[in-house]
Amino acid sequence: MRRAALTKGRWSGRQSRTLWFWIFVGPFVLGLTLFTYVPLAWSAYLSFFDAHNTVSPTDFVGFDNYTAMLRDDAFTDSLLTFLVFTAFIVPATYVLSLALALMVNRLRRAQAFFRSVFFLPVACSYVVAALIWKMSIFNGVRFGLANTVLGWFGADQIAWLSTTDPPWYWLVIVTVRLWLQAGFYMVLFLAGLQRISPRLYEAAAVDGARPGWQVFRHITFPQLRATSVAVVLLLVINAFQAFDEFYNLLSDSRGYPPYARPPLVYLYYTALGQGQNLGLGSAGAVILALIIAVVTVAQARWFGLGRKED
Amino acid sequence: MRRTSPSQEPRDGRVRMGRAVRLVLLIALALLFLLPFYLLVRNGLSSDADITSPEWAFFPGELHWANVRELFEDPNVPMAHALLNSSLIAVLTTLGTLLLASLAGYGLARIPYRYAGAVLYWILGTLMVPAAVTFVPSFVLVSSLGWISTLRGLVVPTLFQAVAAFIFRQYFLGFPRELEDAARVDGLGYWHTYWKVVVPNSRPVFAAVGTIVFIGAWNSFLWPLVIGQDREAWTVQVALSTFTTAQHINIHELFVAAAVSILPLLVVFLVLQRSIVAGVERSGIDD
Repeated sequence: MRRAALTKGRWSGRQSRTLWFWIFVGPFVLGLTLFTYVPLAWSAYLSFFDAHNTVSPTDFVGFDNYTAMLRDDAFTDSLLTFLVFTAFIVPATYVLSLALALMVNRLRRAQAFFRSVFFLPVACSYVVAALIWKMSIFNGVRFGLANTVLGWFGADQIAWLSTTDPPWYWLVIVTVRLWLQAGFYMVLFLAGLQRISPRLYEAAAVDGARPGWQVFRHITFPQLRATSVAVVLLLVINAFQAFDEFYNLLSDSRGYPPYARPPLVYLYYTALGQGQNLGLGSAGAVILALIIAVVTVAQARWFGLGRKED
Repeated sequence: MRRTSPSQEPRDGRVRMGRAVRLVLLIALALLFLLPFYLLVRNGLSSDADITSPEWAFFPGELHWANVRELFEDPNVPMAHALLNSSLIAVLTTLGTLLLASLAGYGLARIPYRYAGAVLYWILGTLMVPAAVTFVPSFVLVSSLGWISTLRGLVVPTLFQAVAAFIFRQYFLGFPRELEDAARVDGLGYWHTYWKVVVPNSRPVFAAVGTIVFIGAWNSFLWPLVIGQDREAWTVQVALSTFTTAQHINIHELFVAAAVSILPLLVVFLVLQRSIVAGVERSGIDD
C-alpha cells in the first residue's frame, strides 16, 4: 500500500484504480450475480407462486409451496436420505483418505506410484463409475463380480440395488463415492502431513513416545486439525449435492424407486419431471439452500474455521 | 540404522514387520482401486455373452477389439457427436474460467479498492449456495434466454466459479512484488503488467486450476442433463447415462463408450499429474 502511494502517473489516482479494479473483477462479479444470485432471487420469487409449466406465473399462493414441501413425505424422506448418506460417507471417506495419506507419506520408494493410483479415480465421472458398479460389480443375481465372489464362499446371491431389507443398496451407493473421492482428500491430507515440522517428531522421540499410535495421537492428529476441518466441511457440502451416482445407479427405463432419493434427485423430478412444478421445485431449492448455508456456517463456527490459533 | 542400545533390537524387528504389513496393505488397496478400471476395459472388449455370463470369469474368453469400431459406426449411439460436444464444452469452460477467475483474483489481490473486501464476500457467498441447488432457477433463467440445448447455455453459466477466483487471489497475494515493481518502473499499467509479467510467471497455478476445471467440466452431469435436452446437445456423460437407463442396449458397447469417455482425462491426468496434485494441495482451502 505504502509503495503504491509513492509511485506516480496512472498508478496513483484513486479513481483510475477503482476503474481498473472493476475492469479486472467486474466481468466475474457480473456473471456470478447473473448466474447465481439472480436465479436464487428468482427462485425465491417463484416459490410464492403457483408455477406449473411457466416461468412467469400470476397466481400468488404465499407460503403454500413451502408448507406443501415440508408436509410432503417424499421431500422430508429425501432429507433423511441425505442424513443417512452423510452418516456413512463422511466418516468412511475421512478414515480411508487419512489412512491412505499416512501410509503413502511414509513410503520412501514408489510414493508417486501409489499416490497416482489412489488419485486416478478422481479423473473418472460418477456416470462411468455408476455404470461399472451397477453393471459389473453389484449387478443383480446371476452375474457380476460381487455375487461371483459371494458364490466362492457358498453365500446366497444378492440383488444389490433392489434389496431394501437389509438395505444393501447403501453399500453400492457409498462405495462408488468412496472410490471416486478418497484420492482427492488423501492429497489434502498429504499436504497437511508435509507441513508438520520434523522437530515435533524429534521432540516426541526424545520424550519417549513410541512411534505409531502414540505419535499419531499426540503429534500427527492434532497437527492435522486445520486440514481435518476443511475435509469434513467439504465432505458434508459435497454430500448435500449428491445427484449423479444416485440417479445413474437407481433410475432405469421404468423410473426411479422411492427409496434412496436425495434432495437434488427429488427436486429434479419435481421441477423438471412430468409435473414441471417450478413453484414447488423453487420452494424446495430455497429450503435446501437455507439448510446448506446454515449447516456450513454452523460447522465453520463450531470448528472455529478462520480463527488463527497457535 | 545405528543401534545405540540393545533394547532397540526387538523394536527394529517390529518396525520391519510393520513396514511389510503396510506394504502388503498398500498393494492390496492399490489393486482394489485399479479393479474398476480393469472391469471397464475387460467388459468393453468382451462380447455381451461374456459380460453377462453366469459363470463370471476374471479374464474374458476372447478380446473383441472390433467393439471400438462398432461403437463409432452405430447409428443409434451418437458417440462421436457427444465426444465433440464434451470436448468443446470442456475446452471453452476451462479457457473462460481461467481468464475470468484469474483477472478477478488479480484485481482482488493487487488493486487497492475501498470495497474490495465486500466484493470478496459477495463472491465467496456463492460457495454456500452450490450451483447444484440453483439448477431449478438457473434452468428457468437459461430457458427464458432461449439457451436450452445450445453451447452458450451449456458453457456460459458455468464460467463463474468462486473457488477458482479465490485460488487465484491466494496465489497472487504471494506473487513476488519485485517483479511487478520492475514492470511499474518501466511504466506499465495494471493491464500490461498482468499480461506481460504476472501471467507468464504463473504457469503452474494456471495449469493446476485449468486441469481441475477441465476434469470438472468433462465429468459434469446434472447441468448438461438439464440444459442439453436435444440429442444434438448431449455430452458424453448424458449419452452414457441415457444408454444405461434405456431398455435395449448392447452392454459391451456401453462399456467401450465409457472407456473411450475417460481416455482423454487419463491422458490429461497422466501428463499433468504433478500440477493437478500440486494445485489441489495449494488450493489454500486448508489454511
